[in-house]
Amino acid sequence: MFTILEKQRLSAEVFRMEIEAPRIAKARKAGQFIILQQGGDYAERVPLTIADADEQRGSITLVFQAVGETTHHLATLEVGDAIENVLGPLGQPTTIKQYGKVVCVGGGIGVAPMHPIAQALKRAGNELKIIIGARNKELVILEKEMRALSDDVIVVTDDGSYGRKALVTEPLKELSEVWKPDLVVAIGPPIMMKFCALTTKEYEIPTVVSLNTIMIDGTGMCGGCRVQVGGETKFACVDGPEFDGHEVDWDNLLMRLGTYKPQEDEAHHRCHIGLDLKEGEA
Amino acid sequence: MSNHNTIEQLDESARSLLESYKDKELTLRDRLAIPIQEMPSQHPTVRASNMEEVALGYTKAQVQVEALRCIQCVNAPCVKGCPVGIDIPKFIKEAAEGDFASSIATIKESSMLPAVCGRVCPQEAQCQLTCTVGKSLKSVDKAVNIGRIERFVADWESSTNSRKTPEIAPPTGRKVGVVGSGPASMTAAADLRRAGHTVVMFEALHKAGGVLVYGIPEFRLPKAIVEEELSALETMGVTIERNFLVGRTARIQDLMEHEGYEALFIGSGAGLPRFLGIDGENLVGVFSANEYLTRSNLMKAYDKMKAGTPLYTSKHVAVFGGGNVAMDAARTALRLGAKRVTVVYRRTEVEMPARREEIAHAKEEGIEFMFLHTPSRIIGDEKGRVTHIELITCVLGDADESGRRSPVEIPNSETLYEYDTVIVAIGNASNPLIEKTTEHLKVNRRGNIIVDEESCATSIEGVYAGGDIVLGAATVILAMGQGRKAAKAMNAYLEKKK
Repeated sequence: MFTILEKQRLSAEVFRMEIEAPRIAKARKAGQFIILQQGGDYAERVPLTIADADEQRGSITLVFQAVGETTHHLATLEVGDAIENVLGPLGQPTTIKQYGKVVCVGGGIGVAPMHPIAQALKRAGNELKIIIGARNKELVILEKEMRALSDDVIVVTDDGSYGRKALVTEPLKELSEVWKPDLVVAIGPPIMMKFCALTTKEYEIPTVVSLNTIMIDGTGMCGGCRVQVGGETKFACVDGPEFDGHEVDWDNLLMRLGTYKPQEDEAHHRCHIGLDLKEGEA
Repeated sequence: MSNHNTIEQLDESARSLLESYKDKELTLRDRLAIPIQEMPSQHPTVRASNMEEVALGYTKAQVQVEALRCIQCVNAPCVKGCPVGIDIPKFIKEAAEGDFASSIATIKESSMLPAVCGRVCPQEAQCQLTCTVGKSLKSVDKAVNIGRIERFVADWESSTNSRKTPEIAPPTGRKVGVVGSGPASMTAAADLRRAGHTVVMFEALHKAGGVLVYGIPEFRLPKAIVEEELSALETMGVTIERNFLVGRTARIQDLMEHEGYEALFIGSGAGLPRFLGIDGENLVGVFSANEYLTRSNLMKAYDKMKAGTPLYTSKHVAVFGGGNVAMDAARTALRLGAKRVTVVYRRTEVEMPARREEIAHAKEEGIEFMFLHTPSRIIGDEKGRVTHIELITCVLGDADESGRRSPVEIPNSETLYEYDTVIVAIGNASNPLIEKTTEHLKVNRRGNIIVDEESCATSIEGVYAGGDIVLGAATVILAMGQGRKAAKAMNAYLEKKK
């Protein structure tokens, strides 16, 4: 059992949870993820990126947005409650080395998994500039933590309620042109990553993205997570989750993410009309 | 299906046969004349829309009649055909006499999972292939139904609560690990525990049982049977650690060097689905059989009201492949509401590797078969969803290295067919995770771990392996056999190491 040690509501829909998972805390590296399942026969398995870990305390931190049935249910859990199944760390860790100048772009809750990567990159001697993007002020997370890693943190919001009114690609384009980074790391909604990759392609700046695809087991067994990268089929769970953003077939990725859209819409509706969901049936 | 015999009808005729054999000394001729006992099953139209087990199992009278068909021939070719060498004539004789307790005890001397093997073993390619009765009657289909008798006595043991916890040797103070929880690992764990070692089994998923749980559907192997085997292991004192992926959560070396494991058995299975490498294979609506079956079996997505895991809504499903997994996927798709399900196989029915019973069941349920066709392309609409498949017609050419005649494509025979879902069931490769995270572990070019044939020892001292990670995609019974071999060698290794 994986007990919840801390819970914090970062915004209306975004939660941070610190979970007791000593083995994962010890083994994980920046860029890796876990899969959780909330017990019983019926709960689905959901991949979430590890936002942080504390080896001493034996805990990992997850940041998630309550968007589907599972994450809504997760959000109802409190400190002291336990999540029955947490598997990890999964996937390949981020390649951390001295690249020189690196731009980190985090969109929405993508800022959470970006944080440990930025931390590791900084520790490896890279000079960082960070772009944080969100729909509105409410949804900007971890700004303070990011400012601790770089003097140059640019915040943009879609509606202009905080920072610049822009999409992340605007400052990214400017930095690409003026600062000429050696590497860009972009984590966020797939559509954001797609446009970040398109932006940097023009300047031939290597760009790493972290894909959150449909997954079941997370160990390479089901192949539900397959993505086309440079014309080859890769499994995001074992070959990724990070890939060369310029090589990813984004249209295919976006289509595959929509595989269960009709079913998900219905499920989302179900959980919002307050269907009496019992433990394990969420 | 009008000629479907109910279990009551089958039982009735078995009873009267049994009555007629009472106090009679059966001659060889008499035995060969005993009618083959048909496996009672759910009616095809009923079962096509439920997940319950299709084959219902023999009745007591039926099992005795079928067992009487065995002529107890001296050379017993069936035993040689069994990968674990069960004393088949003995357990059949005991079953014929109605002594089911002795019968199951005989099986358990050599096999740990008779309730599973009785259901999923390809008997017609193993013990029943060389059966003297079948030979005398000139058809393998007329062999003694050894697997059905095995299943009966295993189910009898469970339903009468006659199961005995095996004797466990006094604690040795040695700790061993078993990676994976499928049939190879379950067998190894049991034999290692019996020797008195502390045994920890590592399973990556949230449920143990491996392919028996995520792969084989409920209608062919009820999950309650697997759960019973797992809880028997726990009763023996085996610890099952779920959510533990060896290679990621901890590596082989970590377990051996820092966590006190003196020996390890790797039974991690063949868990990497193969794809065809044709155009359109990543379209929406194309699934590996692993994914399709895992959603339905492990995640219980067939229970649409309760399950959190969604299933793709399909009308016309094409399944590529001809093995048991292809049959499982096709029959699952039908049960999940597909209007039409077609199995596309590049050879003919004769070459199909699936169990005969599964092919027969699939046909009864209305699964269509397109033999001598091979997929060349999958086509989708503007949303990337599958709309058509393109197939090439084949003819059978010369025999290949497997001894089966290989398909030869006919040029310019490409034809489009309307399908909205494709399930790829052309086999599994080995998962490279353990190999990649374990130094000095030798594998062959297919990624299967290389082991010593007799001991299942790998290139690393104290590390053994068996099942599909060694054999490639094989069978439950072969996996079990290797688990047993490895455990024996591991027990000897630990004894010597002292």
